[in-house]
Amino acid sequence: MWRPAIAPVAANAAANGDRKAIDQGAELASIGNCADCHNSPNGAAFAGGRPIPTPFGTIYASNLTPDADTGIGAWSEEAFKRAMRDGVDREGRQLYPAFPYDHFTHATDADIRAIYAFLMSKPAVRNAVPANDLAFPFSFRPIVAGWKLLFLKRDGLEPDSTKSAEWNRGRYLVEGLGHCGSCHTPRNALGGEKSGSAYAGGAAEGWNAPPLNASLVTAHKWTVDQLAEYLSTGWHRLHGAAAGPMADVAKNLGRASQDDVRAIATYIASLSPGADGAKAEVAAGGKVLKDQPAEVVAIYNGACAKCHNDRNNVGPSQAISLAYSTAVQQPESANAVRVVMHGIQSYRTGGGPYMPAFEGILTDKQIASVVQYVRTRYTDGPQWTDVNSQIAKARQEGAQP
Amino acid sequence: MKVSLHVNGKAEEVEIADPSTPLLYVLRDNLQLHGPRFGCGLGQCGACMVHIDGRATFSCVMPVTAVGDRKVTTLEGLMTDGKPGKLQQAFIDEEAAQCGYCISGMVMQAQALLNKTPNPTDEQIRRHMEPNLCRCGTHVAIMRAIKRAAVA
Amino acid sequence: MNVHLKPSRRDILKGTGALVVAFSLTPPSEALAFVGDAAIGKPVALDQVDTFLAVDDKGLVTVYSGKVDLGTGIRIGIQQIVAEELDVPLANVSTIEGDTTLTPDQGPTFGSLSIQSGGMQIRQAAATARSALLDQAAQRLGVAKDDLTVADGIITAKSGGGRVTYAELIGGKNFSLKLDPAAPAKNPADYKIVGKPVPRRDIPEKLTGKFTYMQDFRLPGMLHGSVVRPPTLGATLQSVDENSVKDIPGFVKIVREGNFLAVVTETEWAAVRAAREIKASWSNSDTLPDQAKLWDHVRATKIVGNDVTSNIGDSAAAMAADGKKLKATYDFAIHTHGSIGPSCAVAEFKDGKLTCWSASQATHNLRKQLAQMMSMPLDDVRCIYVDGAGCYGRNGHEDAAGDATLLAKLVGKPVRVQWSRADEHGWDPKGPPTLIDMRANIDASGNITAWEGDFFIPQGAAGMVDLVAATLSNRPADNKLSPGGIVNDSAIGYKIPNIKTVCRRLETTPFRPSWIRAPGRMQNTFANESFLDEIAAAINVDPLELRVKYTDPADKRGLEVLDRLAKVAKWEKRPSPRKDATGNVVQGRGVSYVKYELVRTYVGLVADVEVDRTSGDVRVKKIYVVHDCGQIINPNGVRAQIEGNVIQTVSRTMKEEIMFDRGMITSLDWASYPILRFSELPELVIELIDRPTEKPWGAGEPTSALVSSAIANAIFDATGARVRSVPFKPEKVKAALRST
Repeated sequence: MWRPAIAPVAANAAANGDRKAIDQGAELASIGNCADCHNSPNGAAFAGGRPIPTPFGTIYASNLTPDADTGIGAWSEEAFKRAMRDGVDREGRQLYPAFPYDHFTHATDADIRAIYAFLMSKPAVRNAVPANDLAFPFSFRPIVAGWKLLFLKRDGLEPDSTKSAEWNRGRYLVEGLGHCGSCHTPRNALGGEKSGSAYAGGAAEGWNAPPLNASLVTAHKWTVDQLAEYLSTGWHRLHGAAAGPMADVAKNLGRASQDDVRAIATYIASLSPGADGAKAEVAAGGKVLKDQPAEVVAIYNGACAKCHNDRNNVGPSQAISLAYSTAVQQPESANAVRVVMHGIQSYRTGGGPYMPAFEGILTDKQIASVVQYVRTRYTDGPQWTDVNSQIAKARQEGAQP
Repeated sequence: MKVSLHVNGKAEEVEIADPSTPLLYVLRDNLQLHGPRFGCGLGQCGACMVHIDGRATFSCVMPVTAVGDRKVTTLEGLMTDGKPGKLQQAFIDEEAAQCGYCISGMVMQAQALLNKTPNPTDEQIRRHMEPNLCRCGTHVAIMRAIKRAAVA
Repeated sequence: MNVHLKPSRRDILKGTGALVVAFSLTPPSEALAFVGDAAIGKPVALDQVDTFLAVDDKGLVTVYSGKVDLGTGIRIGIQQIVAEELDVPLANVSTIEGDTTLTPDQGPTFGSLSIQSGGMQIRQAAATARSALLDQAAQRLGVAKDDLTVADGIITAKSGGGRVTYAELIGGKNFSLKLDPAAPAKNPADYKIVGKPVPRRDIPEKLTGKFTYMQDFRLPGMLHGSVVRPPTLGATLQSVDENSVKDIPGFVKIVREGNFLAVVTETEWAAVRAAREIKASWSNSDTLPDQAKLWDHVRATKIVGNDVTSNIGDSAAAMAADGKKLKATYDFAIHTHGSIGPSCAVAEFKDGKLTCWSASQATHNLRKQLAQMMSMPLDDVRCIYVDGAGCYGRNGHEDAAGDATLLAKLVGKPVRVQWSRADEHGWDPKGPPTLIDMRANIDASGNITAWEGDFFIPQGAAGMVDLVAATLSNRPADNKLSPGGIVNDSAIGYKIPNIKTVCRRLETTPFRPSWIRAPGRMQNTFANESFLDEIAAAINVDPLELRVKYTDPADKRGLEVLDRLAKVAKWEKRPSPRKDATGNVVQGRGVSYVKYELVRTYVGLVADVEVDRTSGDVRVKKIYVVHDCGQIINPNGVRAQIEGNVIQTVSRTMKEEIMFDRGMITSLDWASYPILRFSELPELVIELIDRPTEKPWGAGEPTSALVSSAIANAIFDATGARVRSVPFKPEKVKAALRST
C-alpha cells in the first residue's frame, strides 16, 4: 500500500531537547535494545549498517543518528512515530519487519516522543547503509503491506484489572518495546510470529531463544527475583549466564529503569505457572558415569572443571554447575554448542560472567564429544542428535570476541 | 602416559601422569619453556598464551591430550638462531615491560595480529589485545612496541 | 641479577675474604646451600661499605641491595649510581638483592624510597669506597690524590707515569670502612651514566623466556602444595574426606593443622585439581558487614586514636566565623593489589634451618615473621628474594612464603606453594575502605579562611602484616593492623591560614589491611584535591589559578610544575563547570597537584574526559603529567613508572571495587574484579623535569595520588555533577548527573 512522504525537517532541530525526555528515552531504548541492531559494526552508536540475517536474505539496519543525508536527521517526530507504529519510513516506503514494529506499535505516544528525543540528541554519524540483499519478491517492498495485514495487530493492550500495576507495566514493556516475542516466539513460513504459540521458543542468530512459557525445561523454576537479577546483570547463580544475543539484551537492561526490569520479570514469570518457589531437586555434581572415553574425561577435567566446579555453588568466572544450565537441558544442542565454541565475552569490560571461546582450543570432534558428555552427566535427557550440524553452523556464524 | 607434541618446530614426547594436565604445565615443567606463564588458569588474563596452528590460544584451559598433532608455538619459538624475532626485538627496543609477567602472552597475541594484519591501526591493535591483561600499566609502551614492529 | 647461584661459581675467600658472588643467568640446577659459616664474613650493618659493595680480583663489582627491583627498574638505576661513583663500566656491575644473609635491611621496598633512600646509601658507600681507593692509589703511585683520575676501574695519574686498577688495590678483599658522609659524591655536571636512559638488563630475558621468576624457581626433590582456604573468614575446619582426592595422579598427602588445610602433590596440576576437588566441611561464619552499608559501618567503627596531621592557626574559630561554608564527604572503595602472577614461594628445611624463596618486598621483615611463626631463632631463617610479578605493595607474597614454610616443616621436604587466582584475589591483604569528611569556610572576598578534614582510616602503620598461615594454624603472630603510612597527605601544602586535619584511627577494618601503591596518599589526596575544586567552583575561580594562589610563593619548584602543566595541557583559564556543554556526550577537564607527603616529589596532572550524560559512561581520553623528582637516575625508568601509575590508577578509579557478602570476598577473579583493558586506554603526555643538582626523590607512586581527583574534577567540569565515591562506575555517575 502506498503511504505518503512526511516533509523533512531541519537536522539538529531537536539536538538540545529536554534532558528529562532524553534520559527517559535512553532507558526506554535500553529496553527496546535498539543499539543491538542499529549500532554500526565498528561500534558507532546507532549508525547502522549491521547485517541482520533473515530466512529471506540479509537486511541492513538503518542509521538512526540525526545525520540529514544518511540517518534520520530529516525525520520529524511524526515520521518517527509512523515508523514505530506502522512500519513505514519518512518517504512512505514499507519497512521490513526485521524491524519489530509489530511490537513497537504498542508503545505510547509519550514513550515514542522520549525515544525520539534521545535519538536526536546523539551525535550525527555519516554512514550510508548498504542496500538490503533480498531475493525477489522479498526485495519488492510493497508486499510487506500484505504481511502487515496478517501480522500487524494494532489493538492496544487493555490493562488487566485483575493483575497488579507492575504486571501490567511489564506486559506493556514485554509486548511492546521489549519485543521479547520476536526471538522467543516461533515464526511461521511467512516470518510472522505463530499465533497461539506465544513464547513457545524461537531463534536468534543461530542460538535458540528458549521458551518463556510452561514448556521451558530448567533445573530450577524461575522466580520474579531471579529473573529480575538475571535480566539486569546477565547472570543468576541458579541459572547461569545470559549468553549469545541475550548478553547484549541483559547489558542494555542493566541500564534501564530497574523498576521496569522488575515489571518485565513479573510479567515473564507469569507466563509459566508455578513460577514462584518451586525448585527441582538437582544434584550439582551430576551423575557418576562409568565407561566414558578417557579423552573426553580428560578434556572435562582439564578445561571445563576449572570453572564449572561442582564442589562450589559458583566457580571462577561465575561458572555454575552444569546441572543448573538451561542450555544443557534444552532438547537441541544449539546453545550448548555455541557457548562452548564462542564463549561468553560480552561482560569483559564491565565485569560479569565469562567463558573462553573453545573453538580455537578444541577440535570439532572434541567439542562434540565434550558436549555430549555434559548432556549425559548432567541431565536425564537423551543424547543430542544435532551436535555436528550445530557445530558446522556455528562455525559459519563466526566468533565474536 | 606418553604424549607426543609438536612444539616450536620440534617433535617432543612427554611423560605425564594425568591426561587432563593443561598444556601450560607440560610446556613449563616437562619442556622447560618458561615463556607461557600461569596468571589465572581460567583463560581470563592471557599470560599463558601460545599459538596452536598459528592461532593465539590460552594454554591453561587446553588439556595436553587434546592438542594432537597441531603445531604449538611458544614465545621461545618466535626466536631465530637464538635471536629475538622482530616483534620481540621491538618490545626490547621500546622497553615495553615493567614486571614483564604478562609480556609473553602479549607478544603471542600481538604476533597473531601482525601475521594477519601487518600494518594494523591503533583501533585494531587495541581491540585485538583486549583479552590480555596487564596490571603494571605497560599498555601504552606495548602499543608502541607493536606499532614499531608493524612499521619496520 | 639475583639468586641463581651455582655453588661452583661462588668464590669465597677465607680470612678477610669478601663474599663475592658472580651471577648466573640460567636457572639453577641445584639449590644454594644454606650459607652457614661462610655468611659470617659478610657484614650487613648499615654503616659499613662492605655491606653494600664488593670488588673482586677481576674488578667486577657486586652491589648488595636491601631494596629489590619489583619490575620498577631500580636495579639498573642503582647499578648506574654505583658505576658512576666508582667510574667502572656498567657492564661490570651486578646486584644481589633481598637476601637476608647477604644484603642489608634497608627497610622494605616501599614508599618510593628505593632510589631516594636505598640508592643514596649505596651512593654514599660507593663514594666512600672511591675516596679510599684513591687514597690507596695515591700512596702506591706516589702522587697527590687530586692528580688521579679514574676510568673503567683504572686509576691513572694525570701527570703521567703509573696506573693501578681497583682489582689490584682491593680485589677480593674487604674495605673494612664505615660509610663516610664527607666522602665527596661525583659532581652531577660530570655524570656520564646517571641521568641516561640506560636499558634494563632483565627486559631482553623477559622477552625471550629466559628470565627466571619466582614462579619458575624449582628445587630438586620439591613437592607442590595447595592450601584449601575456608569458604568464609573465620570458619573452622570440621572434616576432610581424603577419598575425594587420593586418586588424583600425583597426590601425596593431606596436611592439616588447626584450620590450615593443604594438599601436597608431586605436580603443580595435581595440586590445582586437589584443591578444587577436595571435600571438606567447614563451620558457617559471617563476620563481614553488609557491603551495601559499608560506609555506615566505617562511620560507626570505634575510634581508638586521633592523629592530628596539621593544626595551623585556629580552624575551629575560623570555621565558626562568617562566610560561605562548604562541606563534602568522600569515600574510596576496598581495592586488591591484583598481581597478574599470583604469589608463589618455595621453602626448605635443612638441618633444622629454613631457607625461603619468595618475591617479598621485605625479606628482612618476612624472616622475622617466619621465625616467629615457627618459633625458631632468627639466625636459623634465611629469606631470599626472587623476582615475581608486580605486587604494588604488600600482596600475597609473604603469605605464600608462610604457607610454603609451614608445609615444608610438616612434610619434611621442600615445598612450593603457587597461589591460585582465587587465593590472590581473596586472601591477599587489601587497601582498606576510606571515608573522609571535608569542611571549609570562604570569606566574602573569596579567600579560604578555614580548612578541616576528618579521615576515617584503620589504626596501625607500616609494619608486618599477619601471615594467613599463622592465623589459620593458630601459630604465633603479632595480631596487629599494619595498613601502611596512611596518614600521609591528609595534611595539605596549601597556605591556608587555619587548617586542621585529623586522622580518626579505627579499631577494625574489614579484611587484613596493607599498603597498595600510594596508600592513604591516594585516598587522602582524592578528597583534598576534589574538595579544593569544589571550593573553586563555589567562588567561580579557575581551579589551576586557585592552586597557584595558595602555593607558597617561595616554592619555586612547585610553581614551575603548575606553570609547565598549564602550558603542556594548553589549560584555558576559566571557572568550572564549563557553561557551553551541549548534547549527550560532553567533554571536560580537571587538574590535580601535590607535593608528595609535603616534602618531596612534585606532580601536576590534568585529565580530559568525555561523559555520556544519559548513561553515566565516562571515557578518560587524555592525561597530562608534569613530574619533578629531583635528580633523575634513569629517565626511561621514571617515565615507565609514571605511565604505570596513571594507567593502574585510572583502572582503580573507574572500575575497581572488591565485592563481598557477609562471609567472604566474592570477587575472586578478573571476571568479577575487572581492570582497565587496551580498549580503554587514555592517551598520555608526560613531561619530566630533571634536576641533577637536587636530591633524587621517588617516582614509583606520587603520580597515582592525583588521578582520581583530576578525573572527578573533569567530570564536574563537563557536567556540573560531582562524584565523590571511587570507583566512578557508570551508575554512580548517572546518579550524580540525575541529582544535579
